[in-house]
Formats: sequence, structure tokens, C-alpha cells
Amino acid sequence: MFPAPIRKASVPWQLAYRTLLPVSLFLWLLPLMAVAVFSIKPADDFTTGNYWGPPSTFEAAANYGRVFFESDMPRYLLNSLLITVPTVIGAVALSCMTGFALGVYRFRANLWLFFMFVAGNFVPFQILMVPVRDLTLELGLYNTKTGLVLFHIAFQTGFCTLFMRNFIRTLPFALIESARVEGVSEFRIFRYVVLPLMKPAIAALSILIFTFIWNDYFWAVVLTQGAGSQPVTAGITSFNAQYRAAYHLMSAGSIVAALPPVAMFFLMQRHFIAGLTLGAVK
Amino acid sequence: MADAVSFPPRAGAPKERWLHRNRRAIAPWMFLAPGVLFFLVYVIFPIFQSFEISLYKWDGLGEARYIGLRNYEKLFSDRAFETSLWNNLKWLVLYLLAVPAGLFIAIFLNQTVTGIRLYKSLFFFPFVISQVVVGLVFTWFYDPTFGLLNTIIGWFGAGPLNVLGDPAFVTYGIIAAGLWPQTAYCMILYLTGLNAVDPEQVEAGRLDGARGWRMLWHVILPQLRPATFIAFVVTIIGALRSFDLISIMTDGGPFGSSRVLSFYMFEKALSEYGFRMGYGAAIAVVLFLIMLGFIAYFLWSMYRDERGA
Repeated sequence: MFPAPIRKASVPWQLAYRTLLPVSLFLWLLPLMAVAVFSIKPADDFTTGNYWGPPSTFEAAANYGRVFFESDMPRYLLNSLLITVPTVIGAVALSCMTGFALGVYRFRANLWLFFMFVAGNFVPFQILMVPVRDLTLELGLYNTKTGLVLFHIAFQTGFCTLFMRNFIRTLPFALIESARVEGVSEFRIFRYVVLPLMKPAIAALSILIFTFIWNDYFWAVVLTQGAGSQPVTAGITSFNAQYRAAYHLMSAGSIVAALPPVAMFFLMQRHFIAGLTLGAVK
Repeated sequence: MADAVSFPPRAGAPKERWLHRNRRAIAPWMFLAPGVLFFLVYVIFPIFQSFEISLYKWDGLGEARYIGLRNYEKLFSDRAFETSLWNNLKWLVLYLLAVPAGLFIAIFLNQTVTGIRLYKSLFFFPFVISQVVVGLVFTWFYDPTFGLLNTIIGWFGAGPLNVLGDPAFVTYGIIAAGLWPQTAYCMILYLTGLNAVDPEQVEAGRLDGARGWRMLWHVILPQLRPATFIAFVVTIIGALRSFDLISIMTDGGPFGSSRVLSFYMFEKALSEYGFRMGYGAAIAVVLFLIMLGFIAYFLWSMYRDERGA
């Protein structure tokens, strides 16, 4: 193990380490905690200049209540959900198939197709912006959640294929061979032999794509406008325009907008981290 | 692999037999068709379309007019483009600090004291939050009247410092905000990597008297190469994709001094003063070509590994 376990170090070192941990974490999360404190303060604290003192009254319920009941925030959150969940399902489904094809079969175009997915996944969004916006307009899907979902599915398929293909390569190939010898059709091999083994990869990808899409901002502003279709990342700017200089409300709004992926992460941490390392670091 | 197994021939009608005989050649294409089709329409073709659009003058609504390379000629004398390009370079170089910073935190946290798992999760926290919220958080952090930064430097009698309002500081301020989640990402890559370091090699190194830096450099880092590679890839891509933070924190200002290519492209193409799709596409092409250099290198490395495997 590297570095040497602190348990083997002398007592003063151990104590130093144990005090350093919470201190460094506190400093690391300082900007975020500031926002959390803001979100439970009353409006008066900001007019009287009490920014960093303790809140004069605790207004968490009132502030968050206004975010949920007096603004468009719930609609934006719902939009985000309606954009994110179909994208996750679509991209994971497509990439299970592409990953299977590229991971299991040998044919000449294999590596080229794989590299197409990988390279496409890395291109800057701006090179796609004008044509994709155009295409979405032509399909009559501009300013709809569907338009955004279709693009997200297509784009995320690149990353998901990379991930799935590499994962399938680690599966024991003998399983597939023996199924073939027994005359099982290729589709049934996919459905009944490989797919059940892919569950951990599917879990990891789903949680990861959920976070990516929930946090997307660029495509949200390029392809949608207004509370009818915009997700919460884009909605938060209109929210902030509505409550300009009401820092307690803007803070509460930001925390609400950030929360779903955070919750997902803490619930499914193991899968999330497996996904982030692209399966390459084990 | 797949071809190594010979396929037992079966009797049947000729047509069925053809399908059957070739099913291993046809199957991959059936599985690939939907994904490849989607990807071609929404990702690959648009790249080429952008190249074409960059040769036109087009407001996105009316008739597009072919003007050859004139958009690119204009880029050369465009001061805003020059600023964006410089800022992209700053992003690229400074953003890479996330890699050693992430390694540092990972080494700091790679212990087995009680509660360390929670510490690791909480250190990783910034990466899970959307960049929009990170941008807002740091905008308030830097605020000259009440921001935490100025409160703190005020204790030492310095400031106030208007980080986001000063062209000399603004880009660095935004990069610092971006480094926060990116360092968390690199940290988690290295934590996973450190987990997989071979304990026997570490022990052998200790017996040979390697400690501290020498151990890190000669024994640990070589084993962390896959993690380092991915950390570099995602950090470089992230640096060139920076858009959200700039849009949220400064909207390119003050006086356009915090623009980068990705932001400038968006601003031109969907400008309030009339869309300039052709000019925007030309900026996008430049950004794409820069990225292409890196993509080619990544693919080449992957290709080498594939051959090696």
C-alpha cells in the first residue's frame, strides 16, 4: 500500500493526520458550505450586511418553500427528469447492442467503427451546434424535450459504446463459444448469455449518464427555451433573474438544482466510480 | 477469436442456409445499425456540415451565400478571436494542474482510518454538481462586496479584489473554479489506481530503501499509468470544452476578456444582433482542428494498446 499506512506511524503523526482530515475537507467544501448557509438565512440578513455571521433567524423552510411553491423550479426539475431518464434508457440500450457487436465479432470495420464512436465522443460541441440545431428545427423538435433527448441519446452512445465494448471484452469468451456450439442463435446469445453479465456495466453507465445529462447546460440553451421544455440547469438562470439579489433564494434554488445527481451519487457510489474510470483502471 | 470456432454445417432450404451460414457476418451489423445510424446523423455528418457552413455567410434564416474562405480570413484580424485563442491556451495549461492536484489528494486520502470512505466521497462531491451551480457558487465566492474570498483576504488587510470584474484576473478566476471539480475527478481516478497498485512491488521497493518521492516516482507512478492517461484525456477535453462556467460567471466579460473559442462561437452564431452561423462555424472548425490533434493522439495510444493486447 502506498503511502505507508498511517496506523504504523507514531502517535503524534496519527493525531496530526486525524485533525488535518476534517480541516482540509472543510476548506475544500468551503464555497459550497457558504451557499448552504446563505440558503437558510432570512432576506434581512443581506440588507443589514450580516453575510457571514450566524443567521438571525433560520428560514430554511420559508426559503425552500418559496423555491418549490412560488417559482417555476418544480417544472424545470420535472423537465430535467423527463429529459434525463429517456436519454439514459436510450443510450444504454443502443450501446449494449453496439458494444456487443464490437466486443464479440471480428470483422474488418470493427476497429474503425469503434474509433468513430470514441473520436465522436471527444469532439467539441460547437462543431455540432449549427447543424444539430438546424436538424432539430427541421424535424419540428426545436424547443421540445424530445429534440434534446434524441441528440443526447445519439451523442452519449459514443461514450457508452466505448465503455460497453471494453467491458464485454473482459467477459469470458468461452461462454459465447459454447453457446454457439450448441447452436444458440446470435440474438439469444446476446439476450440470455451476455446481457445478464452486463448488469454491473449497465448500472455504472446509467448512473454516470444520469449525472452527465442532468448537468448539461450547453445543449439545453441551444435547443430549448422557456419553462415548457428547459431543464433545471438552464432554468436556474431565469430563476436567478426573477430573484435578482435575493441571495437566500438563489442559494436555495442552486442547492435544489444540484441535489438529484448528488443523491444519485451517494446512493450508487460504487457503480458511479466504476463508470468514471471507464473500466480501464480496476 | 470468433473465427477460430468452426461452424457445423446444417441442412435446410438454400435461402435459409445462406442466412444461417452468414449469420455471424450479418449479426454484428444488425446490432450496430441503430446506434451507428443515430451517431452518424447527429454527430459525424454534422462535423462535415459545419465545415461546409463555414464557407457561407448565413444568418440561419434566409439564403446562405457562398463566400469561400472569407470567414477564415476575417478570423485573422479579429481581436476577440485572438483573445479567445489565448484564453484557450491558458485553460489548457492551467487546467492540467488538476492532474497533480488530484494525485496529491488521492495520496493524502489513501489510508484506512475510520470514516475515510465518507471523506473520499465528500472530496469527490464537487464533480457531481453541475458546472452551472459551481459557477454560481464561485461567482458569490468572488463577490467583491460580500464574497468569502474578500472577507478572508480582508482579515489580512488586503483587497477588495474584484476577480471577475478585472480583465487581468477573470480567466484565472474561472479556471480556478473549474479546477475544483476537475481535481475531484482526477483524485477519484488516482484513488482507484492506487487501490490496484501491486503491494509486493511496494514491499520490494521498501526493502530496496525506496521511500517517499523515490517510491512514488519509480514504483507507484509507472503502475498508475492507465489512471494518468485517462486523467489527461478528460482534463484536456474538459479544458477545451469549457463553456458553462464562462457563460454563468461572466458571460464572456468584462469587455470580452474571458471568452474562449467555444463561448465565442456560441456568441457569434446565436448573437442577439443577428445570427452569424457561417462565422460561428468557422470558429468551431478551428476549435475542432485543435481538438483533432489531441483526439488523434488518444486514438493512436489506444490503437497501440489494442495491438499490444
